[in-house]
Amino acid sequence: MTTMIWRRLTAPLLLAICTLTAHASDDETSSWTYNALGEKAGIAAIVEDLLVNIANDERIVVRFADADISRLQRMLNEQFCMLSGGPCVYTGDSMRESHRGKNYTQAEFNSLVENLIHAFEANDVPLAAQNRLLGKLAPMNADIVAQ
Amino acid sequence: MPFSAKRLFFTFILGLTGLTNAYAGDRILATGGVTQIEGSAGGGLVPWGVLHGTTSDNGLGITAAASRAGIDDYTLDVKGVALNLYNRLEISFARQHLALDTLGGKLEQDIIGAKARLFGDVLYHPWGQWSLGVQHKRLDDFSLPRAVGARDDSGTDIYLAGSKLFFDAVAGRNLLLNTTLRSTQANQGGLLGFGGDLNDSRELVVEGSLGIFVTPRWLAGFEYRQKPDQLSFAEEEEWKDVFVAFVPNKHLSLTAAWIDLGSIAGLDDQQGGYLSLQVAY
Repeated sequence: MTTMIWRRLTAPLLLAICTLTAHASDDETSSWTYNALGEKAGIAAIVEDLLVNIANDERIVVRFADADISRLQRMLNEQFCMLSGGPCVYTGDSMRESHRGKNYTQAEFNSLVENLIHAFEANDVPLAAQNRLLGKLAPMNADIVAQ
Repeated sequence: MPFSAKRLFFTFILGLTGLTNAYAGDRILATGGVTQIEGSAGGGLVPWGVLHGTTSDNGLGITAAASRAGIDDYTLDVKGVALNLYNRLEISFARQHLALDTLGGKLEQDIIGAKARLFGDVLYHPWGQWSLGVQHKRLDDFSLPRAVGARDDSGTDIYLAGSKLFFDAVAGRNLLLNTTLRSTQANQGGLLGFGGDLNDSRELVVEGSLGIFVTPRWLAGFEYRQKPDQLSFAEEEEWKDVFVAFVPNKHLSLTAAWIDLGSIAGLDDQQGGYLSLQVAY
């Protein structure tokens, strides 16, 4: 009984590990994520919901008090479009430059991520596309927190 | 389920209705794992590199958990509480009660744990999150472990644990990988004492788990935990489990598992179900 269960697990496990190692570079060329996000209109709706969520989030809204919201909105649209493989170029500053001196906490960054996830969910973004974009955004944490 | 456990359970459930608007930590859902059987943040059997709850660098978090493993000839009950300070340090306390259903009697121990996050973050850092932990264990009654060859009624495990989430890893789902290296002298996790007639020095054992977030609220996976084998009276084997954890919100998680604890005190092939409920503030 025991050995049967573990034997049965081995194949899916190996498959998972192979998928994991083989995956990494296949979406640079494809625009699957961009399509799954709903292209330009879909991304615009997600960004708008994200900004509304931030405006309603007392934990971090104060951090956006002096921000140029329409520019922020434009930059987020460009960034999400480019990161998802869409036909856009991000024209803003690097993450490190644009967050320098702000000394954002990890908690504030996490709150932003939560607001983004809620925006994904409100727009019925497929989980795979959510995860793929989050995976692109996650490493930016180092350039944003405690700068 | 004895009356006390049932009452505990319903108190939890009743409390939950008032919890939805209560303080929640500023970490992403399910990034604190659940409560493993020694009270640390982890899976069911293995401590992970993450710290309890969802508190971030701005606050404190408290978790409480009740777990039961019903295997062929034994029943293990664990109650645990833990404090997370700024997602930097976790302090935990757990009480284990093992009923020897077939042999008769019981074995009980207290476990005080501490785990410090050394560096990283399970979601954002390319190397994941690494933590160093200790679990100090003390048995209530040493007479049975002494009779079978154990040397000590208390011991301290030291472990290094790393956890890393890989986004979009398998069929668009996120994959959580955990690796733990533990230095221990414990027999059957400490319930059969520490050290033995075959070996009385520390051993380094490897533990690990792999889980897939099928959705952000459902994690399914398995765990493996290597163990020392230092008592001549009976062979000790590795522990394994296959688990599903449901995390509907930041205040609640429910874990179900099929566990295989191998041979315990001469009784072979100990398998059965595991259930664990955790509440968090």
